[in-house]
Amino acid sequence: MGFYLAQLLTGLANASSLFLIACGLSIIFGVTRIVNFAHGSFYMVGAYLAYSLVTWMDGGIFGFWLSLLVAALIVGVLGLIVEVTILRRIYHAPELFQLVATFGVVLIVQDAALAIWGAEDLLGPRAPGLARAVRILGEPIPEYDLALIVIGPLVLGAIWLLFHRTRWGILVRAATQDREMVDALGVNQRWLFSAVFVLGSALAGLGGALQIPREAVSLQMDLSVIGEAFVVVVIGGMGSVSGAFVAAVLISVLNAFAILIFPQISIVLPFVVMAVVLIVRPYGLFGRPGSEAGGAEEPEQPLRLMSRRGAMVLAAFVLILAASPAVTGDFTSILLVDVMVAMLFAVSLHFMMGIGGMVSFGHAAYFGVGAYAAAMGMKYLGLSMLPAMALGPVAAAGAALLFGWFCVRLSGVYLAMLTLAAAQILWGVTYQWGEVTGGDDGILGIWPAGWASGDKAYFYLAMVLCVGGMFLLRRMAHSPFGYGLRGVRDSAVRAEAIGMDVKLHQWMGFTVAGAFAGLAGVVFVFSKGSVFPDVLGISQSVDGLIMVLLGGIHALAGPILGAGVFILIEDWVTRLDYWRVIFGGIILVVVLVAPDGVAGGVDRLLRAVGIRRGDAT
Amino acid sequence: MSVLEVRDLSKSFGGVEAVADVSFDLGAGEFLALIGPNGAGKTTCFNMLNGYLRPDRGSVKLEGRELVGRRPRAIVRMGVGRTFQITRTFLSMTVRENVQMALISHHKRMFDFWSRAVRMYEGEADALLDLVSMRDQAARPCSELAYGDLKRLELAIALAHEPALLLMDEPTAGMAPSERVALMALTGEIVKSRGVSVLFTEHDMDVVFAHAHRILVLNRGRLIAEGSGAEIRENPLVQEVYLGGGTVFAAEGV
Amino acid sequence: MQTMRRKILGAMAALPMLGLLPGVASAQDKIILGEINSYTRLPAFTEPYKKGWELAVEQINAAGGVNGKMLEVISRDDTGDPATAIRIAEEMISKDGAVLLFGTFLSNIGLAVSDFAKQKEVLFIASEPLTDALVWSKGNKYTYRLRPSTHMQAAMLAEQAAKLGKKKWATVAPNYAYGKDAVKAFKSELTKLQPDVEFVAEQWPPVFKIDAGSTVRALESAKPDAIYNVTFGGDLAKFVREGSLRYLFEDRAVVSLLSGEPEYLDPLGKEAPEGWIVTGYPAAQIDTPEHKAFAEAYQAKWGEMPKTGSIVGYNSVLSIKAALEKAGSTDTDALLAAMEGLEVPTSPTGPFMFRAADHQSTMGAYVGKTTVADGTPAMTDWAYADGAKYLPSEEEAAKLRPAE
Repeated sequence: MGFYLAQLLTGLANASSLFLIACGLSIIFGVTRIVNFAHGSFYMVGAYLAYSLVTWMDGGIFGFWLSLLVAALIVGVLGLIVEVTILRRIYHAPELFQLVATFGVVLIVQDAALAIWGAEDLLGPRAPGLARAVRILGEPIPEYDLALIVIGPLVLGAIWLLFHRTRWGILVRAATQDREMVDALGVNQRWLFSAVFVLGSALAGLGGALQIPREAVSLQMDLSVIGEAFVVVVIGGMGSVSGAFVAAVLISVLNAFAILIFPQISIVLPFVVMAVVLIVRPYGLFGRPGSEAGGAEEPEQPLRLMSRRGAMVLAAFVLILAASPAVTGDFTSILLVDVMVAMLFAVSLHFMMGIGGMVSFGHAAYFGVGAYAAAMGMKYLGLSMLPAMALGPVAAAGAALLFGWFCVRLSGVYLAMLTLAAAQILWGVTYQWGEVTGGDDGILGIWPAGWASGDKAYFYLAMVLCVGGMFLLRRMAHSPFGYGLRGVRDSAVRAEAIGMDVKLHQWMGFTVAGAFAGLAGVVFVFSKGSVFPDVLGISQSVDGLIMVLLGGIHALAGPILGAGVFILIEDWVTRLDYWRVIFGGIILVVVLVAPDGVAGGVDRLLRAVGIRRGDAT
Repeated sequence: MSVLEVRDLSKSFGGVEAVADVSFDLGAGEFLALIGPNGAGKTTCFNMLNGYLRPDRGSVKLEGRELVGRRPRAIVRMGVGRTFQITRTFLSMTVRENVQMALISHHKRMFDFWSRAVRMYEGEADALLDLVSMRDQAARPCSELAYGDLKRLELAIALAHEPALLLMDEPTAGMAPSERVALMALTGEIVKSRGVSVLFTEHDMDVVFAHAHRILVLNRGRLIAEGSGAEIRENPLVQEVYLGGGTVFAAEGV
Repeated sequence: MQTMRRKILGAMAALPMLGLLPGVASAQDKIILGEINSYTRLPAFTEPYKKGWELAVEQINAAGGVNGKMLEVISRDDTGDPATAIRIAEEMISKDGAVLLFGTFLSNIGLAVSDFAKQKEVLFIASEPLTDALVWSKGNKYTYRLRPSTHMQAAMLAEQAAKLGKKKWATVAPNYAYGKDAVKAFKSELTKLQPDVEFVAEQWPPVFKIDAGSTVRALESAKPDAIYNVTFGGDLAKFVREGSLRYLFEDRAVVSLLSGEPEYLDPLGKEAPEGWIVTGYPAAQIDTPEHKAFAEAYQAKWGEMPKTGSIVGYNSVLSIKAALEKAGSTDTDALLAAMEGLEVPTSPTGPFMFRAADHQSTMGAYVGKTTVADGTPAMTDWAYADGAKYLPSEEEAAKLRPAE
């Protein structure tokens, strides 16, 4: 009995930690609709600041708690700076574009923290007065855990009071439910957004600061927490603070007991729970329909077929690409293979996300399945290169068919998070199932057949597959199928009214996007010779997302430009010390200069200098 | 023979009867209005006809074929077109493309992965746009259209399926009075020339009495009157419902 | 500042546009070495490592270089991604004119580069990855590994663990290949030495995401006599804190892999556990002349004590120097021939060699107990464990490798 109680209390203490991180994220999303990747960074900075303040002040109980609050406040100010200098300028950019900016902030904060606090983990002091364990039913329970169990609900209560008893809070709730309404009330929306961002950031900072007595502050804190924080927010329902609390308790308590029976479960448990919740309740536990969607945005311009001149320019580019191995070194060909793989991956993501309106946070799943299928086809079935290559997209399409069936029943951020859950579950299986997938030691020795093994020979093979894939996707975008996807995105009601099978159409769109991501994965695996679970991981998915958004989601050329810019800049910039600051800075500059993405920026530039007339491609 | 036969259509929400035992017929080429005060059950009735709601009881037959239990898109394909109270179009496409999409769907070419959508059914789309006098705006992005033009576009889209029956939910809502008359006149012509039957709901009694061949009056989920404009205007029950017996219609003197 | 400027200029030269030009052949008077590691992903472990090899290169060049040529290292950050590591390796080989590759920390990146080395027929000296697969199940002709492997370090600990005579053991290890290898090796080695041993519980927290409270409670509930820990870094700090709060370590022996390495031990500060049996590196206490000279030079250059990474980085370059001298050329075949059984007679950790049969170096580790002296953690009662003793015989090891 005592044992189970202790395990429950441990779970509840973790739940409080998790809730504190997640609630700020939920509040920020609810009002501003920003998917804030930098939330984990604010959490990490909160922890570092608290560490510095606590060790510097060394002031007993009072000094300890004061340090924590001051750390949270400073993080709030940091949030204000980010909001005012960056995010405020891009609220009217296409949906999710702000995510790119927060990604830039993540990179900058990582290097800033490294420069300020150094590489070594920092273990802060325990909480004065709460440094021991007490025995409850004979089981030792850390006093600080008990404090956390109290603090979580206290913060929840404070937020509740703030939201229900103050005019400001009521406005925030109104904005969460209907942004236009707040506009109509004549509230200064800018001020409201800034204030919400400060509150959310400060809560993240507090969450980080409160971790000081439990764990060493490290540079991995930001990314280790952000995934789970999103999961909690989504399970609870985007924008619902009490939902986040319930979700945090659900996940933490489940984990505390599940590891007793199945010690390996932690790695995927939150994502499995999220998948189950979303399948049963498409808006999370406490979310409302409408909580998934971004703000109103400008409608996209109609697609145009490529003009003769445009086609000639494009043909010239392809010819230059095809001729490049003759005049450049081997490494350029290798780099260009990476660029083309990224482009095809980004274009396939854009197909479902831009054209189909189905945002995916887990597109790497299909890239990875393609890569793994080819590798396993070679390794276990003894296939030669070309049949193994053919297997990749087929397997990826199969995976997309399976997961897509569930995903297309949702929409907006919930759909995106279910794709993430699917990818994470696949990643977990690949990671764990060492006998078949090689686990994290991966599968090695997947090199091209003899005829294609030269750097230049493989370049041409990759070019045929990637450029061919991009051509097919473009062609499909202009086909009735692609138009149908755009139609469903524009208005599902209208699509249904002209007799379309909306879900089937989305499902097939999802599958096509998955198949081509798989093709990109196939080209990838033979160029690298090995495959590891990372290819299914969050960072691969996020890279794709950034490429699409950075390139410009409203243009077919967007993902191509975005991927090219992303890979080339990354390849260049990683040669420098503190390259993350530089990369993050470049991203922020692009975001601020071209809120419609690189494609939009290039388009405006061409118009400005008179090269392009009124017609868009 | 009637195009649409509705029998004993009923639907309750949580014990409240939203629509109860509604039965009516709609003849070929007939222009039938369904009116009633707010909350009378018009929308519920519509949604049962086009498949978005499943009735608790009753049957809806289109040219003898049962519609109840079919999905909305199946009902569209069987020949029931519709327009929306708030227009719904594909805003990222041009006017012509919107009609082309309807034609592509009608011809079951939606899963064509290769052809260029903008080159398909161009002539047919333009003919439909001609019909609603939108041909000159065919290449404009839908997002730039005036509201009245969107309404006309929706009409063209609905006609792409060669429907036997057109359901129009508040077709003139949100339009200026002059536009209303024009739209309904246009609809009337199309009904005549194409032999389409129309069932529409409407708040504007001017529109109803000017264009409807016959009127159904719904109140609290039940049909309380049916007849020509003159008959409805004289009907004491209807007068009772509208403004508690006030002479709401007479004053408007059509 | 000067080096910073050089780096920026170097990076400018590598701008994508300029990269379109064919690679330039390297100058005659230097030997270019390609070095790859996870500098941004794991700076706590790779920074000391970098300082170590930089020191070695500086010393070697100051003494006239190798075979009359200066060593030049091109060092790149793999960002923690195997695919990026491969791209960098390609660039080093095809464009920069590197004669061999070394470095890497993460096991999967080590394996990816090793497979690349095999495909492109270039020598790769894996400095830091610990996975046994690198030299055994996935070993190849072109790959050698310096650091004592998971198996070796686990065997060193198993030897000490057997002396404790504890019967019921629990294990806790991060849930990935390294953790699994470490537990498997420890179990098999300890069972060999102490056949009646019983493993009563195992916990597999996700790496860097340990739910320490629950994990500690789950271990405690199995009531083991002793615990074998493989968690490291931030996970270790959490585990130590929660474990001591909840009396997990009371009256229990703990043996812990790598926890004596300064990278992992130092951050624990005064909360470092007392009396854990660990593998590690007591830098300040090793007083062989070779090590003292190294430590002094290191401190003079960097102003801090060397860490495990430092010694690995330093010994990597010593090994490369030995190989280049023995080969007398930078030709890969000559280098491969030189690597077989290559002896490195003097190093800060003593002599070691690269075994011809499995390409594993015999560089050892220091095994001892943790303690806290004057508020700082340290190792005590330590001894150097020569790696050769903890490896299977060369005949057995050769059988573990795939046929070439």
